[in-house]
Amino acid sequence: MKQGIFKITENRALTENVFLMRLSGDTSDITAPGQFVNIKLDGFYLRRPISVCDVNENELTIIYKAVGKGTEAMSQMAEGESLDILTGLGNGYDLSISGERPVLLGGGVGVPPMYLLARKLIEEGKKVTAILGFNKKDEVFYEEEFRKLGAETIVTTVDGSYGEKGFVTDVLKNLDYTFFYTCGPEPMLRAVFKESKTAGELSFERRMGCGFGACMGCSCKTITGYKRICKEGPVMKKEDILWED
Amino acid sequence: MGRLSVELCGITMENPIIPASGTFGYGYEFNDYYDINMLGTFSFKGTTREPRFGNPTPRIAEVPSGMLNAVGLQNPGVERVISEELPKLKKCFNKPVMANVSGFSVDEYAEVCEKLDKEEQVGWLEVNISCPNVHGGGMSFGTDPKAAAEVTAAVKKVTTKPVIMKLSPNVSDIVAIAKACEDAGADGISLINTLLAMRIDLNRRKPLLANVTGGLSGEAVFPVAVRMVYQVAKAVKVPVVGLGGVSTAEDVIEMMMAGATAVQVGAANLVEPYACKNIIEDLPRVMDKYRIENLKDIIGGAL
Repeated sequence: MKQGIFKITENRALTENVFLMRLSGDTSDITAPGQFVNIKLDGFYLRRPISVCDVNENELTIIYKAVGKGTEAMSQMAEGESLDILTGLGNGYDLSISGERPVLLGGGVGVPPMYLLARKLIEEGKKVTAILGFNKKDEVFYEEEFRKLGAETIVTTVDGSYGEKGFVTDVLKNLDYTFFYTCGPEPMLRAVFKESKTAGELSFERRMGCGFGACMGCSCKTITGYKRICKEGPVMKKEDILWED
Repeated sequence: MGRLSVELCGITMENPIIPASGTFGYGYEFNDYYDINMLGTFSFKGTTREPRFGNPTPRIAEVPSGMLNAVGLQNPGVERVISEELPKLKKCFNKPVMANVSGFSVDEYAEVCEKLDKEEQVGWLEVNISCPNVHGGGMSFGTDPKAAAEVTAAVKKVTTKPVIMKLSPNVSDIVAIAKACEDAGADGISLINTLLAMRIDLNRRKPLLANVTGGLSGEAVFPVAVRMVYQVAKAVKVPVVGLGGVSTAEDVIEMMMAGATAVQVGAANLVEPYACKNIIEDLPRVMDKYRIENLKDIIGGAL
């Protein structure tokens, strides 16, 4: 974990309530796709944990949904303003176990962490399929960006207004792949867990206190014991997951 | 010793800053961020006899200038704390540590304290009779002077190290509880634990926390804490450890003027992992500003 002051270089809407923010600062502690950053906002007590969409030397890209007052305030920030950010949080995905033909499934704001993952896997010569799930056409974002990376990209919408009609798992059913990586709302994670035919990694979202393992606010039970989503997660191995209820 | 040093129940501390229980794990994790030996000491995660997962999630909610938590005393249980956590702690911390203990019966408090009392690195026992997030234990002992005295006496009987009773603010007469603990043999009083509170999710029309209620902490509670520390320090002879919303060096000085011998920092660690380090480094400058030569000179200065 590293604390740094980042300068906003870009902050724009991708859809009605999903925003892309680019920031410049020290990104040296971000070591794996699937990690997150924790952002301090003026006037709000707790930091906002947001997954990393892309990272380069000195540049961080995040995509976030304005869901409450904090993220709404963030969406109003201008280029040149600064943010206090903790970087390098969470474990991230393990690229070494992907096999040759991994499939990546992102749902809604679970799509952004799939981007850096896809880029890294493609750089390693893997043949990546990305399934991006949204509710409807005007919520779709980043399809073109995944294609530009060279990923076989399939978009699904629940209402069929764009791409394939249905859920990401409807596409997954008929796909041949060596490993799966996923991030999205919990009902989607449960469906992917059930439909998947291989081993895989799933990234979870929880309301967090600190985001770096101190408060035990985001604990969960797993096959191998109690874990903190923010520290031992957010990425969990399929075989370790214990669904509660 | 330097300008920041204080003495708490016979143990000299390099400075009065103590990360509060539940915001600092067993210490070693923060050692990745800075050398925790710069702290006065720290109070480790509340320990019970049995391992506990704690409450269902969500356990955390945000409020203006603070937060609610309902973690529910998640901890690996006293046996594993002694066999696994304390050895790890020892590798990165070379000062006496404050062992925080919670329980669901007088016997449990005594048993856990007796075990931790034997651990060499434990300098003080901090007995939490104030956790608002568990049922049938914790706070129920801290809201009744008689029960608080019973726990204190039972713990004192089986221990040799200073016993600090950690009190709940969720009472009508904090002084009565503090005095009951002092009369039963407590060597110190720490306060305040969190204030019982709740929030409701307008979309779901349900409480935000799975536990329904939680404990309020953060800057929002600081004035309440100052008031209670002041009242208790005025009434008891044993040292008082002040906590509740402390997040700056100025807050530390204010808490000490209200009567605190040492000061704990809680929720601030969760939003600013370097909070205690920053406070310790900032104290000399703020002391100069208020013409304070030695911190110990201001303890109870406002009483």
